[in-house]
Amino acid sequence: MAEYKRPNTEAEFKKNFKQKKPLMNDTEAYYEASRCLFCYDAPCIQACPTSIDIPLFIKQIHTDNITGASKTIFDSNWLGNACGVVCPTGVLCEGACVYNHQDVPPIQIGRLQNYATNKTIDAEKVIFKVGEPNGKKIAIIGAGPAGIACACEARTLGYDVDIYEAKEKPSGLTVYGIAPYKITNEEVLKEVDYLQNQLNFNIKYNNAINSKEELLHLENDYDAIFIGVGLGATRHLGLDGEDKEGVVGAVEFIEELRMKHHLVKVPAKVVVIGGGNTAMDAASEAARMGARKTVLAYRNSKDKMGAYGFEYDLAISAGVDSLFNVTPIAITGKGKVEGVKFAKTEIIDGKLQTNMNNTFIVRCDMVIKATGQAKQGHLYDMIDNLDIDNKTRIKTNDEFQTSNPMYFAGGDAINGGAEVVNAAYDGKMAAQGIHNWLTK
Amino acid sequence: MVDLSINFGGIKAPNPFWLASAPPTNSGYQIMKAFDAGWGGAVWKTLGVPVVNVSSRYGSVNYRNTRMMGFNNIELITDRPLADNLREIEEVKKYFPDHAVIASLMVESRAEWEQIIKDVENAGADGIELNFGCPHGMCERGMGSAVGQEPEVLKTIVGWVKEAANIPVITKLSPNISHITDPGLAAVQGGTDSISLINTIKSIVGIDLDSYAPYPIVDGKGTNGGYCGPAVKPIAMHMLKDLAQHPEIGKVPLSGIGGIETWRDVVEFILLGATSVQVCTAVMHYGFGIVREMEAGLRQFMEEKNYTTIYDFAGKALPNVTEWKHLNLKHKVVAEINADKCIGCDLCYIACDDGAHQAIALSGEPGNRIPSIIEENCVGCNLCSLVCPVEDCITMEKRDDGTEHTTWHERTENDDIPVTFDDDRAGGKGHFVPTPEDALKHRK
Repeated sequence: MAEYKRPNTEAEFKKNFKQKKPLMNDTEAYYEASRCLFCYDAPCIQACPTSIDIPLFIKQIHTDNITGASKTIFDSNWLGNACGVVCPTGVLCEGACVYNHQDVPPIQIGRLQNYATNKTIDAEKVIFKVGEPNGKKIAIIGAGPAGIACACEARTLGYDVDIYEAKEKPSGLTVYGIAPYKITNEEVLKEVDYLQNQLNFNIKYNNAINSKEELLHLENDYDAIFIGVGLGATRHLGLDGEDKEGVVGAVEFIEELRMKHHLVKVPAKVVVIGGGNTAMDAASEAARMGARKTVLAYRNSKDKMGAYGFEYDLAISAGVDSLFNVTPIAITGKGKVEGVKFAKTEIIDGKLQTNMNNTFIVRCDMVIKATGQAKQGHLYDMIDNLDIDNKTRIKTNDEFQTSNPMYFAGGDAINGGAEVVNAAYDGKMAAQGIHNWLTK
Repeated sequence: MVDLSINFGGIKAPNPFWLASAPPTNSGYQIMKAFDAGWGGAVWKTLGVPVVNVSSRYGSVNYRNTRMMGFNNIELITDRPLADNLREIEEVKKYFPDHAVIASLMVESRAEWEQIIKDVENAGADGIELNFGCPHGMCERGMGSAVGQEPEVLKTIVGWVKEAANIPVITKLSPNISHITDPGLAAVQGGTDSISLINTIKSIVGIDLDSYAPYPIVDGKGTNGGYCGPAVKPIAMHMLKDLAQHPEIGKVPLSGIGGIETWRDVVEFILLGATSVQVCTAVMHYGFGIVREMEAGLRQFMEEKNYTTIYDFAGKALPNVTEWKHLNLKHKVVAEINADKCIGCDLCYIACDDGAHQAIALSGEPGNRIPSIIEENCVGCNLCSLVCPVEDCITMEKRDDGTEHTTWHERTENDDIPVTFDDDRAGGKGHFVPTPEDALKHRK
């Protein structure tokens, strides 16, 4: 089990957040690529949400056609570089690799993908072409993976594109919300720069769309609007003492970490509440920031956790302890958090019940809530005739068009929070949907 | 008790593992290291006329992650002074009197041949190998493969050498010829004691895509090289077989050369009639130490099969290498896929569908990638079992009961062969072929 020293410098931070999927060197890529069987109708392609022709790009890497490999990747996924490292490849392409059936390690598809795109981006190879201008304009709300993908695709189809972004950097979750050992800020921004330099879409930063008036402007100025907003702030749990100093939301914690690195101070004892991938990330990160004790607390049993098994393993390997079948009932302390009061839970008649007769306190100096994020319902409410489902997700048809024909949507806004790769796919397909609608 | 020692046409050696005449035998230093590592003999890098070598001499064919699957060179015969080589031959024999040291020679005139034979005999060489194979550089000067390609000239020179030599003579043949038996027979008629083959094959291993020059590139230009390494083994084995089965040539000992790297290669060459083997590329790739694997494997094989010497099984495969017309037309195998072992790559399916006989079907069910054999379409070609990446997953199973035997030759003798395509005796009749619609069903 790893023990992390509190990072006091950027170098120490980098050491603690060593990249999980480091960049391959040429030799490693050559040998790894040579292992690919070039399966017929390959399962890895089927497992990729964007259907990248994986055996083809691996063969291209092997024959030193790196630019061709990148083209194959970007042709299917505009965020091919980021996805190479942030995708949960173990449950997607690499999980589908036939070698798994032979107890042979699967091809490291993600790292090969990242190897190719990184080289192409660093060499500033021009591989995209803006479409013949068609005089039409698309507004995109949110410069996250869905928005960027939509913008890129729309540009190749000849549309003018403006992205309205609330924050000061592009890529949304990829730069603000992914664990720092999965991807660096530089790498994320480099890819967006690369795309933007070739495809010339505009991003208007610090430009949140918050009012009906702003929406009306968009509706007047553009031919179609794509909603690519992510999720909002961490939801309130409604616990006694939740407002105490030291109680933070996981996304806010991760965002601060991504922006400030070693300048973030994590205290000695941390409790992380939740069982999803964000909880695993937050716990792992707290441990890597030098917390002496990090406890992950989940209300149900281990096998009910939403997190991928490998994410849990990663947290455990970083030194995180876990508590199952516990639910927080109060945050204790005088002004500052001093502990979390938990009650044990049990399944009674098939339902998870809290046993208030069995409670205990875990002492800590910080509580990270990874219990879900609020949706951007206030924005959806301002759009006329926009159908949303009971989980506040925008409903779309096969073309990613909403019930208000001018609006299209993709990514977290329609799936409630999934992977970068899903958003990248939605954004691309939505641009095609817009094109089909506008050229009908 | 296994005894690996050999007497190859009068040349004795503690084992059949010899180094071929090539860069690894360029000096006494290398050969002594090799003998110390376990090699039984060495054919010295060809001695002869003065030469000048170029810089940038070797090129390679890599396949997937394997380096030097094929290898070529444009290096000439030794460029070291003859006197140095002769002195080193003497030194090696002093340290290793029981090992075979063979001098490879290449000169032009009869007088030169007579002189150099005297020189190497005086130095203590156990035998002579005539380099009639080098296909680059030297052949442009009328030597090497230029001789190997002219059986009459070859025969004459072998005659000169045999007249002058008191030690055994090996004639090394070039594969750059239509019928290897032509120079082989010429060598035997000239009186050679034994034959070695193959020398390298004329080749271009690659073109540089920026300079448009062939590898190895010498200041922007290149020339054909001599190809060797694992890639040439099948060609070498075939030529060895042709000589071994020849009624005249097969009487002289044959030294097998061409892509030998492992004990399996060694055994295969011996089974086709070789009684010594010569190795170069494998040593240039891995060093002299690879002989350990060869020797251990050969011993193991011989112990398991109860052979005492390599002569107990030399040529044992020859009776089974026949002409196509003698193959049993009643033999029938079909492929079987072991579903438990199958990993679902479906390479067998696409290989059969695109590359062979459309005898493998996909399940069509989502999630089930295990293909199945359409037995009535399977001609037993083996392709699926060859592309399958899993050991013993696809096997070829015998379907005939072994009672029937007929060959094209027998049927020709009995006037029982098809003469038109409509003839019921013609093969491929009723062979399944999918429709044009099937070919285009995935078209978007």
